[in-house]
Amino acid sequence: MFILAEMKNVTRIPPELFHLKLNDAIAGELNKKLANKVVLNVGLCIALHDIVNLQESYIFPGDGASHTRVIFRYIVFRPFIEEILVGKIRSCSQEGVHVTLGFFDDILIPPTALQHPSRFNETEQAWVWEYDTGDGSKHDLFMDAGETIRFRVTAETFHDTCPAGPTLKENQDNPENRVSYSLQGSINEPGLGLLSWWDN
Amino acid sequence: MEIVSSNCASLSNYEVFEHLQKVKDCRPKHKGQLATITYETLRYLENTPCKEQTAQSIKECIRELAPFKLHKTELLMIINNPPITPLEIQFIVEESEERLTEDQVQEILAIIAKHFPHVIKTPPDEDEQSE
Repeated sequence: MFILAEMKNVTRIPPELFHLKLNDAIAGELNKKLANKVVLNVGLCIALHDIVNLQESYIFPGDGASHTRVIFRYIVFRPFIEEILVGKIRSCSQEGVHVTLGFFDDILIPPTALQHPSRFNETEQAWVWEYDTGDGSKHDLFMDAGETIRFRVTAETFHDTCPAGPTLKENQDNPENRVSYSLQGSINEPGLGLLSWWDN
Repeated sequence: MEIVSSNCASLSNYEVFEHLQKVKDCRPKHKGQLATITYETLRYLENTPCKEQTAQSIKECIRELAPFKLHKTELLMIINNPPITPLEIQFIVEESEERLTEDQVQEILAIIAKHFPHVIKTPPDEDEQSE
């Protein structure tokens, strides 16, 4: 679920950080810039892994800061498609089951990817798997919030959430609500779903 | 900023756990977003089997699993979420019925149980304590 991404950046070190070692100062600035942020088509950045290459530092006229070209590797959360992950149910709604990993919340399991047959219980606000016991009767298995769930990642979506130009803005549906990185999951396979379903 | 390679290596949960532990313990304490994401990710990883793994046990497990010709991604999933039942092997390994015999599945499970004995002991309802 985690990968290393190699990136290149010109890092500006302001004069007040000159008392630090250059490596530490750059690591601090890179973490400030990237930690807990989504980079388009890369994933959710977690923490700096290591610095691969540091080039010479430059000072530009009119600015006391130093600028250093740096190549570094960053730990990024980006599960591959078909990967099996374990998370917790955040909530259920008509759109499906929302799952959280604690540090990443934008995971949705749509109704079509739930165990079959499933229905949405309005009063309990939970999805229910109508498990066929084999003798013609049905056993309702509830998917309550907070339960541990195992699912397969089936799709990922990246959205550019940069402010759009005035002409583009009209066509887009409220861009502020868009999520920059979201995953889609499925549990319609034996063994997937709540861990308690498969205990025995 | 420029992306040189958006995926130059995959990391196991154990490697991330080790690295973040170091980030967390370093002084002076980190602030802001790095502290937030480190804390949240560590909280998640603490509830996964990677907490009890060691570099040694992972290396040996991978070496013993080599003859089964599993894909890299399948191995990664096995290390991150060690399976304990044949059912779990079935959804981790693609087309497992054709690629593995029943005996081989049992062998894989035995190897995993040998290297990661803690997986079996952990009660499935451990999540309730943390909440």
